[in-house]
Amino acid sequence: MAIFITENSKVIVQGMTGSEGTKHTKRMLASGTNIVGGVNPRKAGEKVDFDGTVLPVFASVAEAMEATGADVTVIFVPPAHAKGAVLEAIDAGIELAVVITEGIPVHDSAAFWAHAVATGNKTRIIGPNCPGVISPGKSNAGIIPANISGSGKIGLVSKSGTLTYQMMYELRDFGFSTAVGIGGDPIIGTTHIDALQAFQDDPETAAIVMIGEIGGDAEERAADYIKANITKPVVGYVAGFTAPEGKTMGHAGAIVSGSAGTAAAKQEALEAAGVKVGKTPSETAALMREIMQSIG
Amino acid sequence: MDLYEYQAKDLFAAHEVPVLPGDVATTPADAKAIAERLGQTVVVKAQVKTGGRGKAGGVKLAETPEETEAKAEAILGLDIKGHTVHRVLVTPASDIAEEYYFSFLLDRTNRTFLAMASVEGGMEIEEVAATKPEALAKIPVDPITGVDLAKANEIVAAAKFPAEVADQVANVIVKLWDTFVAEDATLVEVNPLVRDPQDKIIALDGKVTLDDNAAFRHPAHADLVDKQAEDPLEAKAKEKHLNYVKLDGQVGIIGNGAGLVMSTLDVVAYAGEKHNGVKPANFLDIGGGASAEVMANGLDIILHDPDVRSVFVNVFGGITACDAVANGIVAALGILGDEATKPLVVRLDGNNVEEGRRILAEANHPLVTVVDTMDNAADKAAELAAAGA
Ligand SMILES: Nc1ncnc2c1ncn2[C@@H]1O[C@H](COP(=O)(O)OP(=O)(O)OP(=O)(O)O)[C@@H](O)[C@H]1O
Ligand SMILES: [Mg+2]
Repeated sequence: MAIFITENSKVIVQGMTGSEGTKHTKRMLASGTNIVGGVNPRKAGEKVDFDGTVLPVFASVAEAMEATGADVTVIFVPPAHAKGAVLEAIDAGIELAVVITEGIPVHDSAAFWAHAVATGNKTRIIGPNCPGVISPGKSNAGIIPANISGSGKIGLVSKSGTLTYQMMYELRDFGFSTAVGIGGDPIIGTTHIDALQAFQDDPETAAIVMIGEIGGDAEERAADYIKANITKPVVGYVAGFTAPEGKTMGHAGAIVSGSAGTAAAKQEALEAAGVKVGKTPSETAALMREIMQSIG
Repeated sequence: MDLYEYQAKDLFAAHEVPVLPGDVATTPADAKAIAERLGQTVVVKAQVKTGGRGKAGGVKLAETPEETEAKAEAILGLDIKGHTVHRVLVTPASDIAEEYYFSFLLDRTNRTFLAMASVEGGMEIEEVAATKPEALAKIPVDPITGVDLAKANEIVAAAKFPAEVADQVANVIVKLWDTFVAEDATLVEVNPLVRDPQDKIIALDGKVTLDDNAAFRHPAHADLVDKQAEDPLEAKAKEKHLNYVKLDGQVGIIGNGAGLVMSTLDVVAYAGEKHNGVKPANFLDIGGGASAEVMANGLDIILHDPDVRSVFVNVFGGITACDAVANGIVAALGILGDEATKPLVVRLDGNNVEEGRRILAEANHPLVTVVDTMDNAADKAAELAAAGA
């Protein structure tokens, strides 16, 4: 089954004809994703050849959905126009919008999130500032390299792209049901909790790795959620113990403000919820390895 | 980006939030001249990006220009919570009847905006929140509908502002919301918002944080950057569009991806516990690309940090293949030539890792050690930094 995307997902790309969009559309196609078209109002009606796969360009998300039955959109639209692109996806009522774009002003993210809530949360938003989601061997919506790991029974949710790749690499002999990069911005759509809940409900997922980082209190709330609702084994990792107060560490959301958002507080909360937390990514992978071996 | 009080008040004034006039001085003589111009009792205020200036002796009353000069002399150069005072704001002293608190901020937990207001302002708001939470009204603000006069009145009622000033406060709240939105701020805070004996409402202090992601639509915000206060290495990195933060350790760090780099710092600090307590010297994320040029720019910054004794290059080849990264490192060392003087520990993993390691082995650069895993590489880098002491 996997979560969020499956072999049945029909994917469109907003910003498909831009440089990032073009590069990653090719990569997603190469990893077997069923991409059915792209959106760019200025190039509507054109066809684009991606190494032999010819894809139509539509004027809007609504039109693309109508013509292709698409249920997932991956958004590579640059920051200045990203808000409009996400609002369009929400208004078209698409099931899943994966927002890869980094650098979106937080007032814009707050606005599209508020719009999603106001219209009944019909569209699941992943990101922004995220690597997307992959269900290995089935579908790949975003920029996670498909050759790191094959399919298996581990579910992974992470704020960070490269730590997602690192963890998939360390555990590639077990494989993943789905890996979700939820993004490093202060306001994101899908949270750790949403992914944990979906993994709990997914019969193909046996155990979960959760990766967090400094900033906000999402990990602390995820810890409470795990304690109350998750029966599958969870191991955790938190990045940013050495980050100084008041400095943004690469991700717009990765900042310790005063005494809030520290890695130590997050680790403590997770451990209090019974989650084993590794000191390094490799140690975290080793903890998961033990669990997977005992499950058999 | 956090702003100084005087910058915050300039933005307030531009959005019609009532503030007092005043000017910034970097010398006691300039401070005196401003006081002469204002021609009344003034307050000399340290301009540092931290709170608690009052308690630290950074806010002083001065009745004459001469006294202003003396107070400025005392405040300039003061250290307030690790921030050295280079500027003072000289502003008219206001008679204060009451001190209130007001702010708009990003509420990450609830993924919306929040207004916070209290009629018990002046002191640190964390203290009010902790000791008297009922005195601090917190009202969510919808990012789409925002704050009109009706919403402002709702906030005023929730915080129980006195009836005599309620209308005025509501108006100020609308203007502060204008500031928050129009400037793409993530925080607009006024503490204290004062009521003077004539019942006039004035923003006596101002704290604003601007969203760096919105810089592209605010060209004027670039002028608010305090170039003097920037760390020189951070400034140089910014010019080269590198995501760099200077820290106080000895192991230089280069990696790709914010999460992996944060993790690398932690793993190095952890390894350093066994090697004289050496620590990471910086955060540097060279991003997914990791071309030779970017690698050279990154190494250039780090090798010019006098505190650095060893460098750890930690790359996971995801989108970029490891052979390209290895070529980047070799080319970067070529570009730097004799300027590369410190040992480099390289850990590559992921896409095309065998070829990447082969390229580094073949180049056989005397400064480069290739280590297989992130944990072992961190240990090696820490060991080399400790030995280089
Ligand atoms: N122009 C002024 N006229 C009269 N009093 C002032 C003026 N500016 C500041 N003050 C007084 O000094 C106090 C501290 O000033 P301010 O709030 O600007 O600094 P702060 O860094 O927030 O200090 P603290 O955290 O110690 O209150 C105010 O609460 C107010 O009572
Ligand atoms: Mg104050």
